[in-house]
This record gives sequence, C-alpha cells and structure tokens, in this order.
Amino acid sequence: MLQATDLAAIRAIITRAKRWDLFFSIIGILSLMVGVLTFTVLFVDMAIQGVPRLTSEFFTSFPSRRPENAGILSAWVGTVLVMLVTALSAVPLGVAAGVYLEEYAPKNWVTDIIEINISNLAGIPSIVYGLLALGLFVYYFGFGQSILSAGLTLALLILPVIIVATRESIRAIPQAIHEASYACGATTWQTVSDHILPYSSAGILTGVIIGMARAIGETAPIITIGALTFIAFLPTAPFAGDPPAGLFDWIFAPFTVMPIQMFNWTSRPEAEFQVNAAAAGFVLVFMTLAMNGLAIYLRFQLRKNIKW
Amino acid sequence: MSASASAPTLPASIGQGISDRLSKKASRHVKERVIEAALFAAAAFSVFVTLAIVYVLVKESWSFFEHVPLTDFLFDTQWTPLFDDAHYGIMVLLSGTLTSSAVALVVAIPLGTIIALYLSEFAGFKVREIAKPFLELLGGVPTIVYGYFALTFLTPILQKIYPDLPGFNLLSAGLVMGVMIIPYVASLSEDAMRAVPMSLREGSYAMGATRLQTALWVVTPAATSGIASAYILGISRAVGETMILAVAAGMQPNLTFNPAEPGATITSYIVQVALGDLPHGSIGYQTIFAAGLTLLLMTLAFNLLGYWLRKRYREVY
Repeated sequence: MLQATDLAAIRAIITRAKRWDLFFSIIGILSLMVGVLTFTVLFVDMAIQGVPRLTSEFFTSFPSRRPENAGILSAWVGTVLVMLVTALSAVPLGVAAGVYLEEYAPKNWVTDIIEINISNLAGIPSIVYGLLALGLFVYYFGFGQSILSAGLTLALLILPVIIVATRESIRAIPQAIHEASYACGATTWQTVSDHILPYSSAGILTGVIIGMARAIGETAPIITIGALTFIAFLPTAPFAGDPPAGLFDWIFAPFTVMPIQMFNWTSRPEAEFQVNAAAAGFVLVFMTLAMNGLAIYLRFQLRKNIKW
Repeated sequence: MSASASAPTLPASIGQGISDRLSKKASRHVKERVIEAALFAAAAFSVFVTLAIVYVLVKESWSFFEHVPLTDFLFDTQWTPLFDDAHYGIMVLLSGTLTSSAVALVVAIPLGTIIALYLSEFAGFKVREIAKPFLELLGGVPTIVYGYFALTFLTPILQKIYPDLPGFNLLSAGLVMGVMIIPYVASLSEDAMRAVPMSLREGSYAMGATRLQTALWVVTPAATSGIASAYILGISRAVGETMILAVAAGMQPNLTFNPAEPGATITSYIVQVALGDLPHGSIGYQTIFAAGLTLLLMTLAFNLLGYWLRKRYREVY
C-alpha cells in the first residue's frame, strides 16, 4: 500500500526533477543569448562608430593618407570584380561536379576517392588555399597579384560548398521524377538538363549565395597571394586600356577588396582610421548578412512551396 | 546508373545503311559520353586541387628543409626567420596556435553543446526555427570583423578587469574565436542528437525520466560519435583561423602558454610574411610553406580522427 509519506516523497522528487528541467532550459536560453548578444553588440558597436562615416564620398573616394578623405571605391569595385571571377568559375564547376556525383557516378573506388576528397577539402583552412594560389596562380601560371588570381583562389575555396549544396538539392528530388523521365526514353543528360537542374535550381542558388557570402569576407587567402593594400586607381574598363585593348583587361589588374581595406585600416594606430575600419566593416557585415538572409529566406520559401 | 554505359559502340560501317532517325540516335550516344566525360572532369578536378595543395606545400618545404634540419625545426625554442641570427623553431608558433585554440574551445565546446541539447531536446518548434538561422548568420560574419571586435571592443573591457593585459593578447582573440566557432559545434551536435531515434526517448520517458535525464543519459551517449566529430571540426576551425589572431593577438612570436600575452600563430605568421615584400624563392618565402605544411598536417590529422571516430563509435539503429 502506498503510504501518504511515500506519496509526498514522490511528489518531492517530481518537483525537484521539474526544477532541474527548468534550470537547464534557462541555461540553454542564456547560452543562446551569449551568441545573440555578442552579435548584437558587435553590430551596434560598429554601427555607432562607422555609420556617421558612411557618406556618399566614402563610397566614391580612393583610400588616402588622410583618414577623413579616405574611401572604399577601389575596395568595393575590387570586391565586385573578384566575386564575378569567383562566381563564373566556381558555379559551373561545382554544379557539374555535384551533378556527376549524384546522377552519373558509378559505385566504385574512384567515386569514393572523389567524395572523401571533397569533404576533406571543406576542412582545409582558408590560408592554405592562399599558399596554393601563391605557388600556383601567382608564380607558376604567372597571373601575378591580379583579380584573376584572387577570384580563382576564392573559387577553389567555395567549391566544396557549392558541390554539397548541389548534391543535397538534387537528392531532395523524388526518384519517381528520374524514373518517369527515363521511361519516356530520355537520356541521362536530357533527364538532368530538362528535369533535375530546373527543379534543384533554387536549392543550388541558396548554396551559391552562402558560398559567395563566405568568399566576400575571406581575407587571409587574398593577403597571402600578396594583394596590395593601397590602390588609388580602378582596374581598366573593357576596351579602355592601351591598345590592343580587350574586354578582359581588368582581370590582370592589381586590386584591393573590402576585407583587406578594413584590415589595413584596423592595423593603423590613428583613431580616425579605426572609424574608417568600422565603417568598412559595417558595409561588409551588411553585405554578408543580406546575402545570408536572402539564402535563408529562399530556403524557407522553398520548403514551403515544395509540391511533391 | 549511367544509361549510356551499357550501349554498344556502333562500328563505322553501319552508319550508311540505317535510317536518319537511328543514325541520330548514334550521335546521341556520342554526345552523352562527351557530356559524362566533361562532368567527370569537373568532379575529378577536386582531387587535382588536393594534389596541387600537397605538391606546392611539399615542394617549397623541401627546399626549406634543405637549409634547415628537421630537428631544428621541431626542437628549437626560437622563431626568428627574418633576423640575421635566424632560428626556425615551429614550437613557438605552435604554442600560440594551441593556446588560442584552447581558449576558443573552452568557450565553444560547453556553450555549443548546451545550445545543441537545448535546441534538440527542450526548445519548441518556433524557437528552433528562429535560433538556427540566427546561428547561421553568426557563423557567416567575416572573421576580419570578429578580429576588429576583439581588438577594439573586448580587449579594452578585459583591460578594465585585468589592468596588466597588453593591447594585443591571445585571450581576447581566443574568446571571440570561441564565439565564432559556437555555430559550427552547435549545429553539427544538434544534427547528431536529432538523428537519435524517437523510440529511445519514448522508452526513457516511459520509465519516468525527465527531459534533462533523457537528454543527458540517453540522447547524449547515443549521439557521442556525432558530437565528437563536431568538436573535432571546431578544433580544426580554431587551428586554421587566421584574421582574428592576426588583428587582435599581435604577431610577435612568443613561446608561451599564457593566454594573457601576445603571440603569433602559424596562420598569423603567414599573414605577416605575406604583408611584407619577401622575394620569391628566398628562405623567408619558403618558411611560410613549411608553416603551412605543418598546419595542413594538423588539420588533416584532426579530420582523420573525426572520420575514424564517426566510423568506430557510430550507433547503428
């Protein structure tokens, strides 16, 4: 028989257990808050310091020895051009590799090696890619410290991200779509180009945006290839340089990018340059946040609109 | 998998006797094979990247080790490659890397694990849907911005607590690096915990266990291999992190395990040399490849350890 004292003891145990549950929930929320708070403080601190500096001259001036005249024109133009090279080389290559691994690859040791290799590449520190680029692109291929070298370096860096995103969004397509297409007599490539790629394009786009957001903020590999930090000119516009001028003269131009400009200002002792660094940092964080936010929103829409 | 792989190759003489439709089909096979080969080349390119990394690092390090004996590299206690009296003791840079990584992990592992447990076992659907993208945003902030934050915000605050703290120190760089790594640890551990089948939790609840007891004594042991590989990924991120340390930890080589001192890491040394103007082929130029090779071997060892842990301790349901 259950005694009244036993009942009380059991109730005490339950109360205590519930208290522990509550206690851990609070610890969990507090831990989350550490992350949230750090991010908020970082963002607000940079905004307070940097936003007053964000005039239109800041975006249209070259870096200068006088902090109040310095701007980020060459940095943001450089970032845009480097990202162009990165996207044009990494996206086709990454998507093609992802399609091969999901749709074509036979189950054998070659495929295993490629797969293990890709997950290994994702774990290599970015600065090692910088060393690769220094040895290979800058000196061996002779591209020099140019937009081309930087763009290709970042392309190698985000290649695993794009491959993984491509594979995941292809895997989300039901097998029935493949089977229906093959049953109609389509070849593998017809199935891929008419069905698989269109249906997975939104997922791939999400991965590409996340990869590009990462590439925009990467500093270490670009410093390693020896990018100049004081650039007071823009790359030559297409057909504008010395004859024979071509459409792609700019890819061999020296350059600077946003994170390098920020690093340069951060490492100066004068307080006015720190303000510039905060302003450049604010622009940089704003760009990566906007891109990541867009990717998250796309993924959310995608999950909502999925019809199969 | 491939539809075209089993197709017989047609002898050239057949082409004349068959109808247009069928000969079109023959060209279709050729096109398929060409496309497949191109896609394979794209996939195999990643292997080429790995080989190129190893080749470049080993080649330059080889010339470096022709000048510097390996024992000096491993056991010398000074790192002054750019001075007249050159010493090449990688131990000095390793101590900076290990100290800052240790500080980062002291922050990232407990917080990351708690966040993962909370999100997977306690939080409601809505909290999780908001928290996960937010963590992703936190992981997407450029590391140079974190470095700026450590130098201009965290260090002055720490200096108010410990007035002796130098302006550049491994402590504040390590702490910020820890916050940067939290998202990686948390999201991978959470994935591992969510992969634990519901029936294990239901069994535990049916025995009268509370949420916390279930989380700690059922879910965590079942997800150990995944959690361990999340930790290892965190470690290899910390070891390879560059800009936070280059900005906030100073770049003076310093053989110390005290986080309250400035120090150089393997990564920040590479940045320091790259910022200068060393001639291609000089021994100073080669040191960064030797340092990079050391870094690559370390991260490779961690990645292999993670792979092995996942295989060895995976619970199969």
